[in-house]
Amino acid sequence: MKILLKGGRIIDPSQEFDQVADLLLEEGKVAACAPHLEIEDAQILPCQGLIVCPGFIDLHVHFREPGEEWKETIASGSLAAVAGGFTAVVCMPNTKPPNDNAEVTRYILKKAAEAGLCRVYPVACITKGQRGEELTEFGELKEAGAVAVSDDGRPVPDAFLMRLALEYAKNFDLPVISHAEELSLSSGGHVNEGLASAKLGLRGIPPQAEAIAIFREVMLAELTNSPIHIAHVSTKAGVEIIRQAKEKGLKVTAETAPHYFTLTEEATFGYHTNAKVNPPLRSEEDRQAIEEALADGTIDVIATDHAPHSPLEKVCEFERAAFGLVGLETALSLTLRLVERGSISLPKMIELLSCAPARILKLPGGSLREGSLADVTVFDPEARWIVTEEELNSKSKNSPFLGWELKGRVIYSIVSGKVVFSRREF
Amino acid sequence: MDFHHRHILDISALTPEDISYILKTAANLKEILSRPIPKVPTLRGKLIAHLFFEPSTRTRLSFEKAAKTLSADVFNLTARMSSVEKGETLLDTVLNVKAMGADLFVIRHPMAGAPHFIARTAHTRVINAGDGFHAHPTQALLDMLTVREKKGTLSGLKVAIIGDIRHSRVAHSNICGFRKMGSEVFVSGPATMLPPEKEALGARVCYRLEEALRDADVVMALRVQKERHGRQLFPSLREYAREFGLNAERLALAKDDCLLMHPGPINWGVELHPELENDPRSVILEQVTNGVAVRMALLVLLLGGSS
Ligand SMILES: [Zn+2]
Repeated sequence: MKILLKGGRIIDPSQEFDQVADLLLEEGKVAACAPHLEIEDAQILPCQGLIVCPGFIDLHVHFREPGEEWKETIASGSLAAVAGGFTAVVCMPNTKPPNDNAEVTRYILKKAAEAGLCRVYPVACITKGQRGEELTEFGELKEAGAVAVSDDGRPVPDAFLMRLALEYAKNFDLPVISHAEELSLSSGGHVNEGLASAKLGLRGIPPQAEAIAIFREVMLAELTNSPIHIAHVSTKAGVEIIRQAKEKGLKVTAETAPHYFTLTEEATFGYHTNAKVNPPLRSEEDRQAIEEALADGTIDVIATDHAPHSPLEKVCEFERAAFGLVGLETALSLTLRLVERGSISLPKMIELLSCAPARILKLPGGSLREGSLADVTVFDPEARWIVTEEELNSKSKNSPFLGWELKGRVIYSIVSGKVVFSRREF
Repeated sequence: MDFHHRHILDISALTPEDISYILKTAANLKEILSRPIPKVPTLRGKLIAHLFFEPSTRTRLSFEKAAKTLSADVFNLTARMSSVEKGETLLDTVLNVKAMGADLFVIRHPMAGAPHFIARTAHTRVINAGDGFHAHPTQALLDMLTVREKKGTLSGLKVAIIGDIRHSRVAHSNICGFRKMGSEVFVSGPATMLPPEKEALGARVCYRLEEALRDADVVMALRVQKERHGRQLFPSLREYAREFGLNAERLALAKDDCLLMHPGPINWGVELHPELENDPRSVILEQVTNGVAVRMALLVLLLGGSS
């Protein structure tokens, strides 16, 4: 099976490549890339006017299977992923039961194979039951297919236990991902502390709850000389700590999500539960700091923190509403707004969505070099669309961007040289 | 002028003209309460549902009295007796009561924004009777009515609110209301219960009680909302009374003709010294009467009866 992508603008930051060319995929691998390729028996995908790049990799999604299949299944989440240009996703372990043993890891991989759309990489829990008490069996989990460990959804409250995790992870070369939140400051909070908590009369979550936790993780990374990846950074204070840590040469990497550089806490005004997310949407000053951190490399990755919830969890009192929003299908368009306003270049955007995530979790992909995985995203940066419930493939529609007109649409998502999603007939 | 609001959720949604109009309507209707037979047929045939998901005596009775004076029928639902205890959602409760013909919902709820949620999703009229520590608009309106009666104006006054500001919906709505009407608001109390300046909705935050009280036209004491704190935010009630309680000596810092107010219920000996119990400056019971008048005005304005 050969696929020839004709005439697209091929952008591959992993080899600093950016020019109009043809790309040949063969046997699940990138076979060739040249200005004009004529291949007899290849299926042709016309890509004139489109961007062709290594498939996006989302380091942070919540597919609710097992346990909360009414919100999302691995199959529905995979469809949302490829519709958004993500050819691989990294699944957080806070399912029910949580992914704290090899049986759950294998179940996730089996469901992902049945869905057969994007690659699904499970993250295992750091602690059993995410209770923050005892470490899980990193060795067996890795063998079963876990690519990293995290208690995401919750922090590891005990610094000593986090230290142990960072040390023990070295035996298995397992990256550790931190959901950085100082619970004693944040618990009971529903929105950013500041404008939103004052206006809405809700208990707030101060930015310092994130910054203190990030600082702890940075110190533990230094203590153990281990890498750590900080999930969903939302604050200026957090960015500054990460920037200093990187200047010191510590092995700290970080991600943020499109809602943190697109929205501020004002999106919650009026008690809009679709804008209730943890960490919460912050101030304009924080939003700007996140945008700058993406531009200057302090934040390495854009991940979605795709967190589906049904109306049962969202059409209710704000305090009762669950945290989280769906993001897989709006991430590309929202990130393109950064390109449009000149904060980042198009190659930088692809670096943030594809190359860097692959590098940080040591995943295959993130490159169109000859011999690389034939995971490719093709998008039209100019196509306009309106976010509606019907447009979203995710089972859940809890997006704060419903009704927004956005630019940028995925045309083809290709995994292992197979077109798994297409908005054009071919 | 016309009154276009379908709901009373928040003082911030009202213009100064709206507030003046509500207060004027309330002042007119208040006369009915002193008639030998305090009842008019204005809202006959209307059904008002009171949904109280938090204990309340004063506010609930005040709404009930207002409705009955206007001849409306009233449903009273409290959290304990309702199907909410059986796990029914707030929205379902409201939709069921609405299906029985309720024209307006008066909602008190421990969660901020719950009345807004109902107003948005249930397509019915809603009056917020207090939501979490967010807002208590009818209390602010009755406080403003009381002050305007006594002072003749709401502009250019210094209003001091003393106590647990951060967890007080009364404080939030009063700060918003008095400032809209042209007064200056100063807040003071234990710093663990004061908002930072930028979150004080435009009130001046004073860490010295005296600064807030000096030359005040209105002094409002608030109850310590211990049930909303989660954790102990000050050392002891004794220390609270000593450092932040209002007494004759402290009240002497305010103007001689100041008004002493309290939204109730009062903890005598904590936020107010018992020596102030019969103080001529106190308008605490007049606040209660005005509460009925303000709620009558809102019912008439929202349900469209002619006053
Ligand atoms: Zn998280």
